[in-house]
Amino acid sequence: MSVYLLRRLIQAGGVVLAMSIIVFIGVFAIGDPVEILISPDADQMERERAVAALGLDKPLWHQYLIFLGKAAQGDLGRSFVFNEPALELILQRMPATLELAFAATFGAILIGLPLGLYAGLRPNSVGSKAIMAGSILGFSLPTFWVGLMLIMVFAVQLGWLPSTGRGDTVEVLGTRWSFLTWNGLQHLAMPALNLALFKISLVIRLTRAGVRETMLMDYVKFARAKGLSPFRVTFVHVFKNILIPVVTVTGLEFGSTIAFSVVTESIFAWPGMGKLIIDSINVLDRPVIVAYLMIVVLMFITINLIVDLMYSVLDPRVRLESK
Amino acid sequence: MRNSIRNTAVAAVSAMIVGMPAAQAQQAQTLNMGVGSPVTSLDPHYHQLSPNNAVSDMIFGKLVETDHAARNIPGLAESWRAVGPTVWEFKLRPNVTFHNGNAFTAEDVVATIQRLPNVPNSPSSYAAYARPIVRMEIVDPLTIRFHTAEPYPLLPLDMTNVRILDSETHANVTTDQFNNGSAAIGTGPWRVVNHRNGDRIEFVRNDSYWGDKPAFARVNYRMVTNNATRTASLLSGDLDVIDQVPTSDLARLRRDPNFSVSETVGLRLIFLGLDHLRGADENSPQITDNDGRPLGRNPLADVRVRRALSMAIDRKAIAERVMEGAATPSGQFLPPGTYSHVPGLEAPEYNPDAARRLLTEAGYPNGFRITLSGPNDRYVNDARIIQAVGQMWTRIGVRTAVEAQTWSTFVGRAGRQEFSSFLIGWGSNPDASHPLRNILGTYSRERGWGASNRGRFSNAEVDALLTQSLSELDEQKREQLMIQAQRIAADQVAVIPMHIQTNMWATRRGLTHQARVDELTRAQDTRPAAAR
Repeated sequence: MSVYLLRRLIQAGGVVLAMSIIVFIGVFAIGDPVEILISPDADQMERERAVAALGLDKPLWHQYLIFLGKAAQGDLGRSFVFNEPALELILQRMPATLELAFAATFGAILIGLPLGLYAGLRPNSVGSKAIMAGSILGFSLPTFWVGLMLIMVFAVQLGWLPSTGRGDTVEVLGTRWSFLTWNGLQHLAMPALNLALFKISLVIRLTRAGVRETMLMDYVKFARAKGLSPFRVTFVHVFKNILIPVVTVTGLEFGSTIAFSVVTESIFAWPGMGKLIIDSINVLDRPVIVAYLMIVVLMFITINLIVDLMYSVLDPRVRLESK
Repeated sequence: MRNSIRNTAVAAVSAMIVGMPAAQAQQAQTLNMGVGSPVTSLDPHYHQLSPNNAVSDMIFGKLVETDHAARNIPGLAESWRAVGPTVWEFKLRPNVTFHNGNAFTAEDVVATIQRLPNVPNSPSSYAAYARPIVRMEIVDPLTIRFHTAEPYPLLPLDMTNVRILDSETHANVTTDQFNNGSAAIGTGPWRVVNHRNGDRIEFVRNDSYWGDKPAFARVNYRMVTNNATRTASLLSGDLDVIDQVPTSDLARLRRDPNFSVSETVGLRLIFLGLDHLRGADENSPQITDNDGRPLGRNPLADVRVRRALSMAIDRKAIAERVMEGAATPSGQFLPPGTYSHVPGLEAPEYNPDAARRLLTEAGYPNGFRITLSGPNDRYVNDARIIQAVGQMWTRIGVRTAVEAQTWSTFVGRAGRQEFSSFLIGWGSNPDASHPLRNILGTYSRERGWGASNRGRFSNAEVDALLTQSLSELDEQKREQLMIQAQRIAADQVAVIPMHIQTNMWATRRGLTHQARVDELTRAQDTRPAAAR
């Protein structure tokens, strides 16, 4: 187990390092942050001063070495735009995104699993067909469109929910959370639903396919023949066995929800990390881009690790050390 | 899924009914504003950027303020005059206090000017406004003199960009302290209570403000960058005022009696830059003959070709259709009614036949091929404008390929002279010295000219007139010099002017907003309609 974890850690370090090099070269290739940030009426002298102030006057490899040296001490640099430590900037925005991602993922599981189970157990009923047809919509409608429609219907036409932004927050453990206030929940509802829509469909389809496959297995037939109640057959024998793909996909989806919920965040003016990263890319705020992607890489590695650990709980045949 | 929506909705409705009276009472006192561009810092001397300047103008005061038409009006200085060729004297306003009660005096002005070049890590500093000042002299606590090395007529204009800090409170202050709100203390009409970076800034009224009392007790200044969402939030009543109204929503908002649109011709000219760097017998990077082979010469070096390209553009059609009326065709940088606007210099007339004749005269009867580049995420409908221009140019025989790209790549390439023709904009000060020095003046590091002259236009006459105007203290003579310089630049087609953008805001019924030519969105410009 510990060997396994160690190997995973070394892998993670390598990926992070490679990623930071790619971002450095990438940002350098796209353009010059000073051209974008500086006031257009700044003269040549002022431009040179800004280039020097941001450390961009040195050769790229030198800039990278400086970055590595500071990173080793836990300093990922200061944002060109905000003049605040990049890491701090991202961590400030993280709770908003985490809260949204959790709400969307839990929503997807709570809604998707029962519906998928139903569709799998009664594949020919009208309800199942409706669910499956609905899930196609969930897959195919683009998020930005659905988001705008949600706003138009629930905020503009009906006036039931606030259109944008994050609601009132409560400070718990030094961070601000909005899901603990009623106003916060109201603000959370639409963006979370918008993010969840795709995931709900995904979970429905995975669950349904799993159930239909498992129902034909010998052990299920045997359990039935033994006279076990349909409830026990479904929730103990079938359910546990269909969870592995669901867990894998939900885990990965959770990661990408945190990292890339850009569209939903900008439509709902949700002050999360997604909005920060897209703004940072637009102005080539390299310290923030690098720090952000490093965090994302670490996060994906952690999530994968958790998913792997969950496999071994769900299915004793899976061994972590096995190669 | 449907159930869950219904439950949430039912819960939301019941909550709203319960919470209604309190929310309503608060609403009358709170102004909810939605702005399209994020504010990056509350430090008034850290990052020169319109959104930052707008918010700074809510918190801080300046010696010279500007009215909605960008004319200089007294601010923290009651009056100013040049007492000698190189000395400006400012009489300061008495009995002004900062938010924390400290009195405003000449000491504060000195401390502020000294801070301008000393803001660490500033990506776009205000240092340029301190540079002409070689010495500051405090005559008495309410009189200050600025000594310059040479006659410097632009000093009052420069002062409209300098927000005054308190010498006591802000000694050794850092940008972080402004951003967390603790140092965001000025003499302005609003006090910061809460700043959440990139999300919102909350203000309360400064009851001891020296000027017009703000109309609202609180302001919730929110950054809603998505255009469609900003409009939707106004429609749903979550926002009371929005800026940068998308042109596609204009018609709807104008029709709806529950909302009103306030607008004014701005100071931002959209124009096409041309390659002046390559001489008549050099290749321009994106121009070829009709078979795609190098031409061996730069057609743009010939003023007839430049004139033809300008005449080929139907500016009225672009303003009406692409911009949905939110633009005014223009032949120069400044709109009518502004200081140093060139009288009688209209937008070039649309005449494709004359344009074709000019091309033939210049030796291009069959035209040539060119690429027109532009950003697609910077100016209102930018990518659609270059598409339209591309078609118009092709119609006179200049086969145009259009290349729209994101601003971050575009601006770098334009700065390296990689384009033959490109669309760009210029948000001007209400003084022609601004575009003359930055765009029409010859690129020169020593003089600090032409830093945004990406086409590298260069004309000795323009330069001479500009030099003369920059040391002319008589405002009328200075205006004449600049008008002359602009006429020459227009005659030489230094750039191809397209249109001046219209600045637009929308408010809910019951509010009035004073539109500003400088695009700044500030809470003090919105008032209840009844109080008009």
